[in-house]
Amino acid sequence: MLPLDIYQGIEPAWCPGCGNFAMLKAFKQALAELEIRPEELALISGIGQSGKFPHYVKCNTFNGIHGRTLPVATGIRLANQKLTVVATAGDGDCYGEGGNHLLAAWRRNPDLTLVVHNNQIYALTKGQASPTTDLGHKTLLQPRGVPYPPLHALALAVAQECSWVGRGFAGRGEHLTGLYKQALSHKGFALLEVLQPCVSFNKVNTFSWYEKRVYHVEEEPDYDPENELWAYQKAKEWGDRIPIGVIYRHPRPTLEELYPVLQAGPLVRQQVERPVAALLADFI
Amino acid sequence: MAIDLNMVIAGAAGQGVHTITGLLARILVRQGCQVLYVQDYQSRIRGGHLFNRIRVSDQPLVSSREGIDLLVALNQESISRHRDELSRQGVIIYDASEVSDLPAGVNALALKAGDLLPDRQAAEVAINAGACGALLGLLKVPLEPLMQLLLEAFAAKGTEVVGWNHKAAAAGYRQGAAGGNRHALAGIVEPPRPRLLMSGHEGVALGALAAGLQFLCAYPMTPWSSVLNAVGSRAERWGVVVEQAEDEIAAINMALGASYAGVRAMTGSSGGGFALMVEALGLAGCSETPLVIVESQRPGPSTGLPTRTEQGDLSFLLYCGQGDFPRAVLAPGTPAQGFALTARAFNLADRYQLPVIIITDQYFGDTNVTHEPGDFPQEVEIERALSTGPAADGYERYALTADGISPRRLPGFGPVVVADSDEHTPDGHLTEDLEVRVKMQDKRQRKLTALAQELGGITTAGPADAPLTLACWGSSLGPVAEAVARLNAGKTPARLVHFSELWPFPAGAVTAALGSPKKLVMVEMNATGQFNRLLRQETGINADHLVLKYDGAPLTPEYILRALAGQA
Repeated sequence: MLPLDIYQGIEPAWCPGCGNFAMLKAFKQALAELEIRPEELALISGIGQSGKFPHYVKCNTFNGIHGRTLPVATGIRLANQKLTVVATAGDGDCYGEGGNHLLAAWRRNPDLTLVVHNNQIYALTKGQASPTTDLGHKTLLQPRGVPYPPLHALALAVAQECSWVGRGFAGRGEHLTGLYKQALSHKGFALLEVLQPCVSFNKVNTFSWYEKRVYHVEEEPDYDPENELWAYQKAKEWGDRIPIGVIYRHPRPTLEELYPVLQAGPLVRQQVERPVAALLADFI
Repeated sequence: MAIDLNMVIAGAAGQGVHTITGLLARILVRQGCQVLYVQDYQSRIRGGHLFNRIRVSDQPLVSSREGIDLLVALNQESISRHRDELSRQGVIIYDASEVSDLPAGVNALALKAGDLLPDRQAAEVAINAGACGALLGLLKVPLEPLMQLLLEAFAAKGTEVVGWNHKAAAAGYRQGAAGGNRHALAGIVEPPRPRLLMSGHEGVALGALAAGLQFLCAYPMTPWSSVLNAVGSRAERWGVVVEQAEDEIAAINMALGASYAGVRAMTGSSGGGFALMVEALGLAGCSETPLVIVESQRPGPSTGLPTRTEQGDLSFLLYCGQGDFPRAVLAPGTPAQGFALTARAFNLADRYQLPVIIITDQYFGDTNVTHEPGDFPQEVEIERALSTGPAADGYERYALTADGISPRRLPGFGPVVVADSDEHTPDGHLTEDLEVRVKMQDKRQRKLTALAQELGGITTAGPADAPLTLACWGSSLGPVAEAVARLNAGKTPARLVHFSELWPFPAGAVTAALGSPKKLVMVEMNATGQFNRLLRQETGINADHLVLKYDGAPLTPEYILRALAGQA
């Protein structure tokens, strides 16, 4: 185990009591236990409160634009597969603005972890509905309540054979550390959604709201995350009971394994030798 | 020019127009001819009308021209569309099963699939190979190179297919050779070193490969796709990761990720696809991540004319994106210039840590030009401008420096590298300190000072004191250069000035190159004279006349000369 203070980033600008603090703590704990050093890790983010997360962890960081964490993270993996790559996004950033990239990531299966901070609200823009806000939830912009049902992203992930799907809750720190460790250790694309209450703009889905509902899926008798139909049922379950834990696992070849050129090692360490005469020979 | 022959191969999409053109052009180049061909096609896979215009000479060619000496018509529409362009001595070679109505009194040569391949195995093979043979017969060029090329092209399909092609080509050749000596190519000699036939987009692709491109990510779009395909077909051989993105936004962001991680990365698109990339163009600017972007123009606005040509995106490319950030914009005029400028773009992107846009268009991309090997550099210098070795404590990705260029390190090779799209402190973390903001904005803008000084890229021709100057940029080089050459040959002194390095605007070099002509004419393929506006903005110089073209068809020397005559 590495000392936790090596991951010390700049001072967080989140609201006091934000679920992100518990995530930050659990994430650093997972890094320390997995002995991933700051210089071996690249943390990629977009925009939203989740977008600030990489600034609060000392490591290689690319804080890009809204919704585009996954393409940046995938590009980094293809250029240097020696880096541990984690993309952090919010429910708006990833399930809304960048939805097409999530569909593509499920198909590509790059060996990286996507952590979706799901607080079921747009917090940075002060409280509009997100793709995961529950039906009927009233906001300033949706005064009659959100008129359509939320996106079941984890069910879509299972349907699309995402190679690892899990859900954590910011209120269960140790359990969350375990999920971070499993997601980061998984070979292939891991989608970890974390229920992360927004204390300022979501007065419905509070810590106690989640606390009453979450249960550990691994405590279900004989639960098998490699059973696709069972996983699909758990991924769809939302309401009085909300499963957390490893919901689905489907080992598949990774994107990096599919490129013959990458079998020689990271692209960034490969020597490039391309004589002009050899390039021109095709045109004679 | 002793020899200046214009051939048009025309038919419906799917009929083999490109096959005939490709074979013919390669053979003629191998024999020592100068060949330039332009593709003209519609946005469809089968049917419609497409044609290739092949110009052959014993002198170097820079442009296509109007007029047709030999027309290969694979269907009736090819005749009705092109008959008015046929020269007085012109010959039509046609597929007799498709064409029934010929213009009266024209020289014509009928190809009948049944005669070319009596056993009627494959009518399409018969006509395509037969037409190639007939053209070579008319040109009195030896048949053997065609036979060799057919063998190379069809060996994978088996000896039977090669046999059909050989038989049809030989029969077509006999028909053509019997058609007189009027179009015989005389005095063509094989060059001491083999010449190359290359399209503009192939030049760009090769320049990128020579510069060490390792990562290409893009979404297909006409006419940009031919760059993607030219790299993609060579990717395994040269160790390039080519990833087809789910959309253009993903394409540019993935390329930025790869570049941040340290490999030379490129993306590209055409008008609408590039428009989707604009937010991430600013990300490249703010995060100071090197990136080369090819924007291959087609006529807009919106979907416009997908397979046609225009230079209408210049103003957009110079200014698109929120806020001020440095970028470079280059516009090659020939395939060899495409090679050189693309290779240079990677060095500029790395040295100045900014996005470099290469503007091309459908005409540039799809026009194949004969080059000498000496038109290309023997070696390409690769300047990564990275900081390596031991790092001082507290490495700052965006350290404030005198020239605005901060030491760039790669993640995974030492200290952590923090890159940000938010305004940031020198160590890369987001900030709302407004003093830091001003310092960072000034730092980024400072990079332009040195960059502007090293740009130039101006081609001139014709007498320096000519009263008439024709100025142009990017793909218009060839047609304008030929128009200028014809003016001078016709005793009207004229001068060519062509710009290929457009931004940051090299005002000093441009002003010096233009001098003070009595009459300055700007030739551009857009509706409003976008380059002229830039010239006026940056130097105060305003063209006396604009020659504009925005009908989607390529610029020709004849069009320019007619426009000048109209202004006189």
